Amino acid sequence: MKFTLPVIGGLLVAGVLATTATSQDEIDPALATAIEARKAHMRLNAFNLGLLGAMAKGEIEYDAEAAAAAAQNLDALSRMDESRYWQPGTDMETLGKDHTEALEAIWAENSEIGDRAETLTETTAAMTEAAGDGLESLQQAMGPLAKACGGCHEDFRVADDN
Amino acid sequence: MKRILGLLIILALLGGAAFWFLTAPQRADPDLFAGVSGDAERGETIFWAGGCASCHAAPGAKGDDRLVLAGGYRIVSPFGTFVTPNISPSGEGMAGWSVEDLGNALLHGTSPDGRHYYPSFPYGTYQHIEPQDIADLKAFLDTLPPSDTADAPHEVGFPFTIRRGVGLWKRVNMTSDWVLQEATTPELERGRYLVEALGHCAECHTPRDMTGGLDRSQWMAGAPNPSGKGRIPAITPDKLDWSATDIAYYLETGLTPDYDSAGGQMVSVIANMGHLTKEDRTAIAAYLKALPQDG
Ligand code: HEC
Ligand code: HEC
Ligand code: HEC
Repeated sequence: MKFTLPVIGGLLVAGVLATTATSQDEIDPALATAIEARKAHMRLNAFNLGLLGAMAKGEIEYDAEAAAAAAQNLDALSRMDESRYWQPGTDMETLGKDHTEALEAIWAENSEIGDRAETLTETTAAMTEAAGDGLESLQQAMGPLAKACGGCHEDFRVADDN
Repeated sequence: MKRILGLLIILALLGGAAFWFLTAPQRADPDLFAGVSGDAERGETIFWAGGCASCHAAPGAKGDDRLVLAGGYRIVSPFGTFVTPNISPSGEGMAGWSVEDLGNALLHGTSPDGRHYYPSFPYGTYQHIEPQDIADLKAFLDTLPPSDTADAPHEVGFPFTIRRGVGLWKRVNMTSDWVLQEATTPELERGRYLVEALGHCAECHTPRDMTGGLDRSQWMAGAPNPSGKGRIPAITPDKLDWSATDIAYYLETGLTPDYDSAGGQMVSVIANMGHLTKEDRTAIAAYLKALPQDG
């Protein structure tokens, strides 16, 4: 029984340390802004993809012009210089999951992140050709594009069940 | 004193006999497969719907590499870690297996040499597969590339090392009843078959009871992740407010209704579902929408 108190005390300290490491506490504001910017970029991706998806699913009527515009946005987004968003040290392992879901592996030597970004550009380029060219061609171009998004997330963003 | 001891011994022997009897591995009636011949093309659909590649392809395999069923995928559970075997058509895998052997494995969890498989091989689901589909699946598996990777041992401790005990697990947990008892349209019937006989969706999305069996009263109501981290979401109609179209599109592309992409173990399930027809994915969505609401 003698051990009880120190053990509980130790657990408390460990608990406090563990929560400070992962909670919403302050990080360097410059890094926080960079992370916010890349998440915003990702949300713009999702927003534009959303229009194409809604047409592909048949939730809204196919509109060639609107579809082509959304595809061009996606393509432009994928060609932007993102180097300032992805600053070294802004990974989940360093900052905790509350700040970012981006995995350290992005910055590893021989990381394939660049290839993934290129694959995205290939598929958004294909979508700019396809989107205005009828519903069926839009639907077909969705598969590879969705895979380009998901494939990068699979390897470089932490999974919810992990 | 002696009499009591004698009585105990008799009881133990009787208990042992009962254990032996209750735990005997079952086999399929050989007539089930008599005159059934397999069609590899149809078998491919069964293969993807059954998700065999998710567990039997080498970990991390993508694209066509998912057709090399070398095994080695690790399934972490409270009972230990199971490592999937090689089931490619090679000496290390399933070379020489008959359709009936595969039938015994899928329908009863029984190996060609008459031992129990562990339920981490989801035969609790596959017991519903039609004999014709098993023959088709076998024909497809025979067309896949061989791999000579040797099987790795499971990492389970006593008493789970005793396979015979799995017989009791089967007695308690294997039931041939459908969960969705009323499938009122051909689409729902197809969806039920895809989910309850093939898709083993419940293996992740349904919580387990103390024996590690699925708690069928909480069908698809979400569950802790067996590997211990995070939770697998509920997909019953009261908890998942996606439209049937959203669900079908998610299974096709991995895109959620807010156009983020699916993550975790669901990624590999979606890679399988992408090989099905649109009608089949729509049937799965209709099935999920028809499930009883969890109170
Ligand atoms: C080259 C890799 C890569 C590609 C390609 C990619 N993403 Fe991402 N995405 C990420 C990473 C890494 C994160 C995690 C960012 C973070 O938490 O800091 C992320 C996060 C997200 C998020 C969550 C943002 C938030 O607010 O937390 C959404 C939504 C998203 N991505 C959508 C998309 C869509 C849609 C596409 C395809 C058009 C796409 N992404 C393509 C790497 C990628
Ligand atoms: C959730 C993971 C999982 C899925 C999905 C799965 N299996 Fe398995 N399978 C296993 C595990 C684990 C074993 C090993 C069981 C044991 O050793 O008792 C196994 C064993 C087998 C065996 C026995 C191999 C041998 O050497 O004796 C065969 C055959 C088999 N699986 C075929 C299939 C087929 C066909 C499918 C698809 C319809 C499939 N499996 C889907 C996990 C899985
Ligand atoms: C190997 C485990 C596993 C299997 C098998 C599985 N799922 Fe999932 N499922 C998950 C996980 C983990 C998630 C959460 C994905 C995420 O975090 O993005 C999920 C998410 C989902 C979702 C989205 C729910 C939400 O709220 O985001 C649906 C719909 C779904 N699964 C349907 C199915 C269907 C249908 C099947 C059978 C064909 C199936 N799942 C088989 C693990 C599994």
